[in-house]
Amino acid sequence: MTADDNYNFGFLDEQTKRMLRRAILKAVAIPGYQVPFGSREMPLPYGWGTGGMQVTAAVIGADDVLKVIDQGADDTTNAVSIRRFFTRMTGVATTEKTRQATLIQTRHRVPETPLQAGQILVYQVPIPEPLRWLEPRETETRIMHALSEYGVMHVKLYEDIARHGHISTAYDYPVLVNGRYLMRCSPIPKFDTPKLHMNPALQLFGAGREKRIYALPPHTDVKPLDFADHPFEIEHWPEPCALCGATDSFLDEVILDDKGDRMFVCSDTDYCGERREAGHRGRMSPPENLEAAE
Amino acid sequence: MRMIDVQALHKTFTLHLRGGAVLPVLRNMDLAVQAGECVVLQGPSGAGKSTLLRAVYGNYRPQSGRVLLRHDGGMVDIVTANPRQVIDIRRRSLGYVTQFLRVIPRVPTLDIVAEPLLARGAALPRARERAAELLERLRIPRKLWDLPPATFSGGEQQRINIARGFCAEFPILLLDEPTASLDQDNRRIVIGLIDEARKRGSAIVAIVHDAETRTAIATRLAPMPALEAAA
Amino acid sequence: MSALEMPLLNVEGINKSFGRQQACREVSLELWPGEVLGIVGESGSGKSTLLKILAGRLPADSGFIHYRSTEEGIVELLGANEAQRRRLMRREWGFVQQHARDGLRMGFSAGANIGEPMMALGQRDYGHLRNIAKDWLRAVEIPEERLDDAPRTFSGGMQQRLQIARNLVTHPRIVLMDEPTGGLDVSVQARLLDLLRRLVHEHNVAVILVTHDLGVARLLADRLMVMRRGQVVEAGLTDQLLDDPQHAYTQLLVSSVLGV
Repeated sequence: MTADDNYNFGFLDEQTKRMLRRAILKAVAIPGYQVPFGSREMPLPYGWGTGGMQVTAAVIGADDVLKVIDQGADDTTNAVSIRRFFTRMTGVATTEKTRQATLIQTRHRVPETPLQAGQILVYQVPIPEPLRWLEPRETETRIMHALSEYGVMHVKLYEDIARHGHISTAYDYPVLVNGRYLMRCSPIPKFDTPKLHMNPALQLFGAGREKRIYALPPHTDVKPLDFADHPFEIEHWPEPCALCGATDSFLDEVILDDKGDRMFVCSDTDYCGERREAGHRGRMSPPENLEAAE
Repeated sequence: MRMIDVQALHKTFTLHLRGGAVLPVLRNMDLAVQAGECVVLQGPSGAGKSTLLRAVYGNYRPQSGRVLLRHDGGMVDIVTANPRQVIDIRRRSLGYVTQFLRVIPRVPTLDIVAEPLLARGAALPRARERAAELLERLRIPRKLWDLPPATFSGGEQQRINIARGFCAEFPILLLDEPTASLDQDNRRIVIGLIDEARKRGSAIVAIVHDAETRTAIATRLAPMPALEAAA
Repeated sequence: MSALEMPLLNVEGINKSFGRQQACREVSLELWPGEVLGIVGESGSGKSTLLKILAGRLPADSGFIHYRSTEEGIVELLGANEAQRRRLMRREWGFVQQHARDGLRMGFSAGANIGEPMMALGQRDYGHLRNIAKDWLRAVEIPEERLDDAPRTFSGGMQQRLQIARNLVTHPRIVLMDEPTGGLDVSVQARLLDLLRRLVHEHNVAVILVTHDLGVARLLADRLMVMRRGQVVEAGLTDQLLDDPQHAYTQLLVSSVLGV
């Protein structure tokens, strides 16, 4: 598909993209540090990924292959409309395959397929400031970052353990980047948090409403906060993916009927599909001959 | 050995709320007390006996003169000593007993009595042992020892205060009417305590009004004439 | 001179104005290890402003605050950089506010409130944090079962005791207190005063206590400073100052109170 000539490549004008790239460069230079930028109006409301879209618009090139995921799926409304938007604004090729993509914009998940050097992962971020829940003043949180005053972040984890017996923070798990800046991972499940650590891809984070960009350059140290006697742990599921049998991916619970029957399936549709193509089977997979007949 | 040496002490009170009226109380007061002496101040009411005791204790600040007290092997002027020195002198060398107990909320009787000895550095068991001994002697019923004295009778509070005053065995003791309103038996117990302290070598200055006690404890009387009020 | 014979804090010539109103005028003081210094005066006397300046919560117009820290030697706090000042405050100072809600995180549990200063200093052992928090609840006479309850479910007296525990848990050398018994009923006050008196002695912490209540000052303070219109009008031993006040204003203060 070719780009709509009525718009500049990537929707934003070149000056704006330059401003965004400067912010991104600064963010890459100071891993985990939130760089303010002049967020623009996008043809989507805040909360629908405007921060991620601006970052994507600033880094996308004509040769890029774009993948957009929302909750692990390429086919949700949000993913579809963002993908369609960039197709029209840039004419770049799109894909649902993690391996084939050069640029991936995501909401709520990190792909299961390990990322490669040269790939860029753009996160949509609703609230970038990890200290906001305890300190409403921006002036104060900036000082806290400047002085690495992060001890209080453990208060939240302490409360989790006191109430639930374990750290119950399941999404947007707080991490310390490069031993220096406290960072929010955006609302990805904590299952994905370890994937940020030493990842060979470039990871960029954009918050449109809050006007902040931050980044993890390739191979950056990312450490989840925890207690010595309550170490960070990821989720586990009682059974493998019902479709592909995967035991190493993030599973969504699907209720099958009103008798309480349920199944667990990969949230990453691309990963699940790739495994099934490779011949992996799960509990609910159709018989092989039937599938072969299709 | 000279323990107290009051020299040319001059004390007036300026009452700013009474238009700056000046009340002279002590003029050119001298008093020297040796170890093992018990000096009883004598004079009409208003002669400044209590004021002198309080000035020696460092509680009242005189206009001029010196109050030298033996402390740490030397003589220290409590008039010019800084607050921390005054606290140190009081903690280790100087005791002051009135008939009024300043009650500290919730602190049990035994600990109130033991506190000065603890502050002098004694171990808790030793301090409590000495406190118990004094309470026993002053006939405070044992069942009261663990209670704060706030609700006790006036006589009991007074005797607890005396026990507290004698607990630390200070080398210098100032007594302001320690036996006032005590019955005869209790008064004799207190006289016994004063006598023992003196025989141990304490220098004592006392104000007492009843003749029996005065005769019993005084090794010397120090007369204090009344000053003419000169407002 | 040994460390014990030197002041912890040496404050010289603090001035502070709000427009034409001079809240602190050439205020100087010394604070020695383990002593309680009371600052008394009416509201508007500048005592709370002074406390805020000492705590670094308000900039002074001029003056010096020399603090003898355990690890960093003598530091002039007004000229120190923010990072160093905040680090020293966190490690070696405490601040007890008049209203417990200003000094506590009301939505978090009592345990988290006591644990937070320790976590801020790097304590990362949950079990240890809880044990220390329990010890401190006991020390301030709050039932251990309340460990996981939020302070907003506590009485005023309990909240204030919790705030004191939170401030002492890191064993600070100086604790600033702003009317710590201010909003409490008289019976609750007595308990708090006794507790404060005991804890301050046990932990050998130096305290600057701002209060308008001379009874509180008499019970807790070794020394007093009387402030009026931003100036120190009289200073000395607590009992000297209350029993033989020299300055007209101190006499007025003392005469306005029954049986101090």
